[in-house]
Amino acid sequence: MFTKRKSIIGLYTDENSVADAMDGLKSKGFGENEYEVLTGVPYPEGTFGEAEPHLHLHKFPLIGAVFGFCLGLVFTIGTQIAFPVVTGGKPILAIPAMAIIMYELTLLGAILFTVGGIIFESRLPKLFMGAYDPRITEGFIGVVVNTTEDNLDNAQDVFKSSGAEDIKFP
Amino acid sequence: MQEHVQLDQKEINKDLLDTIFHTPMWWYLAVTFFGVVFLIGASAFGYLLNQGLGVTGLNRPVFWGAYVVNFVFWIGISHAGIMISAILRLTQAEWRRPITRAAEVLTVFALTAALMAAPLVHTGRPWRAFLPTPWILPYDFARGIWPNIRSPFVWDPMAISTYLVASSLFIFIALLPDLAIIRDRSTGLRRVIYSFLCLGWRGTPRQWKLQIVAGILLSALVLPVFVSVHSIVSWDFAVQIGTEGWHSTIFAPYFIIGAIHSGVAAVATLMAVMVWVWKLHKYITPDHFDAIGRLLIVVGLTWFFFFFLEWVFALYTLEDPEIAMRKLQVFQWPWSGMFAVFLITSFIIPVTAWLFRAVRRSLLWMFITTILVNVGMWLERFLIIVPGLMRRTHLVFDWGSYQPSIIELLMVIATFAWLCLGMLVFSKIFPLVPLFDIKEAMINREKIKIGRKEIPASIRE
Repeated sequence: MFTKRKSIIGLYTDENSVADAMDGLKSKGFGENEYEVLTGVPYPEGTFGEAEPHLHLHKFPLIGAVFGFCLGLVFTIGTQIAFPVVTGGKPILAIPAMAIIMYELTLLGAILFTVGGIIFESRLPKLFMGAYDPRITEGFIGVVVNTTEDNLDNAQDVFKSSGAEDIKFP
Repeated sequence: MQEHVQLDQKEINKDLLDTIFHTPMWWYLAVTFFGVVFLIGASAFGYLLNQGLGVTGLNRPVFWGAYVVNFVFWIGISHAGIMISAILRLTQAEWRRPITRAAEVLTVFALTAALMAAPLVHTGRPWRAFLPTPWILPYDFARGIWPNIRSPFVWDPMAISTYLVASSLFIFIALLPDLAIIRDRSTGLRRVIYSFLCLGWRGTPRQWKLQIVAGILLSALVLPVFVSVHSIVSWDFAVQIGTEGWHSTIFAPYFIIGAIHSGVAAVATLMAVMVWVWKLHKYITPDHFDAIGRLLIVVGLTWFFFFFLEWVFALYTLEDPEIAMRKLQVFQWPWSGMFAVFLITSFIIPVTAWLFRAVRRSLLWMFITTILVNVGMWLERFLIIVPGLMRRTHLVFDWGSYQPSIIELLMVIATFAWLCLGMLVFSKIFPLVPLFDIKEAMINREKIKIGRKEIPASIRE
C-alpha cells in the first residue's frame, strides 16, 4: 500500500553536530535514501559521515567526443564532396584541413556532453525544491529527512538531541 | 607573508552580492557612457555597410588593417580566462579563487568583441552570414562562386564558436551555486528568474562533488580548445606562403604565448579595476597582485624568447623580401616608432618593473604596467599585419601603405566599449567573484603555529 511521505529539516551551525545527527539517524534505522545534508559550501567528502555519491561523469565526455568526431567526419567529408573544387592539385578530401574541423567538433561534443552529464548527474533541473531553507546559503547546514509520517517524530528526536538550531516541517 | 582575512558566509554574501541588489549612480553613468560609445561605433558600422569598404583605409595591397589587428588582439585577451581559470584550477593554486569568474567573463566578452571586430565586417555582406546556406554559414553562393571549403577561414569560425560555447558553459556551471544564493535572497519576479537559472540547486554532497569535478574536467577539456584557437588564428597568416613575415612555423606557439601575455595582463588590469570600482579589497589583496605579477614575469620572458626566435628564423635565411620587410618594421617611420613603442611597452618597462616586489604589490603600478602590455601587444599585431602586406620589395605589382580611417578607429573603440559594457551589465546580474569558491577557502583555512610564528594555511583533501 502507498504510504504518504513527509519531510523534516534540521538546521545546524556546527559540523560536528551534523555528523552526530547523521549517526543518530543511522542508528534509528533510517535508510541512506531517506536523509541528506544540504550545505552552502563544498565540504570535503565524508565530513558528516554521509554516503559517498557514485558518479558516472567520466562516460559523458568520452561518448560526446566519439559523437563529435563522427559528426566532424560526416561534416567535412560531406562539405568537400558537395563542393569538389580542386585547389593546387590537392585531393578533394584534404586530411589536414579536415583534421582541424574534426578536432574542434570532437572537443565541442565532449564539452557539450560533459555539461549535460554534470546537470543530469546533479539531478538537475529540480522543479520542486522539497525541504529547504534559505539560511543554508548563509552558513547553516541542513539535514533533510524524507520519511513516512509515523517516523517523523524519531527524526525530530534525533535533531533535538544533536543540537539543531531550528527544526522545520515544510 | 600572506594576509589572513577570515570572513563569515553572511558577510561574504553581503559584500559580493551588493552590486546585484543595490545599483550605485556610477554604474548608470558608466553604462550610459560605454553604451553611447558603442552606439557611435555601431553607427560607423552602419555607414560602412551603406557606403562600402571604400570608407576605410584598406586598399591594394593592404587589405587587412585595423579590423584584423583588433580581431587578433581580442582573441589574445580571450585567452585570459582559460589561462587563469583552467590552469590555476588544475594546479590547485589557491590565489585563483577571487579572480576566476571575472577572467572567464572577460574571455566571453573578448570573444564576442573579436567576432564583431573582423569576421562580421570581412564577410562583406554580414547579413548574409546569418542566412542558412548549405553546410557553412558565412558563405554566399549568390553569384555561383564555389567557395574553398578547405580554407583556413572555415577553421576560424569553427574554433572560435567552440571556444565561445565552451567558455559560456564553463561560466554557467560554476555559476549554479551562486545563482542559488541570489535566489535565496530575492523576492518576487527576481526570485522566479534566479530559481529558473539555478535549476533548483540545493547543495547536496552529490551536487558539490560534481561542481568540483566539473571545474577540473571542463578545465581539462577547454585547454585544448584554448590552444587550438590562437593556433588557428596564427594559421590565418602562417599558411600564406606569399607574405613575408607570416609564413613561419613558429607562429602558432608565438601567437599563443603572445595571447597569454596580453590575456594575463588584462586580468591583472581587471583585478585593479574590481578593487577600485567594486570595492573588493577584502577579496583581492596585494598577495593576489604579487602572484599574478610573478606569473606575468614568466609569461613575459617566454613571450620575448619566442619573439626573439621569430626574428632569428626570419633573418637567418637572408632572403631579400624578408629582410626588406624587417627593415620596414624597424627603420622606416612611422613603423619604426611603433616598433620602439611596442617593445618598450610590451616588454622592457613592465617586465623590469615586475621584478620589484613593491611594484607587484601596488594596484596602481600593476594597472599601469599591464595597460602598457596591451598597448604594446595591439601594436605588435599591427606591425605583423600591415608591414607584412605592404610588400616593399622588387618586382611586386603594387606598393602601398595603410592608414586607418576614422570609421575604422570608431569601430575599434566600440569593441573596447562593448567589453566594458558587457562586464558592467554582467556584474549587475551575476556576481563577478565566485562566492562558493571564497567560502570554501574560508572553511579550509586555518592559522597554524610553527615555533613562535603563526602562519595561514590551506587544508586540502
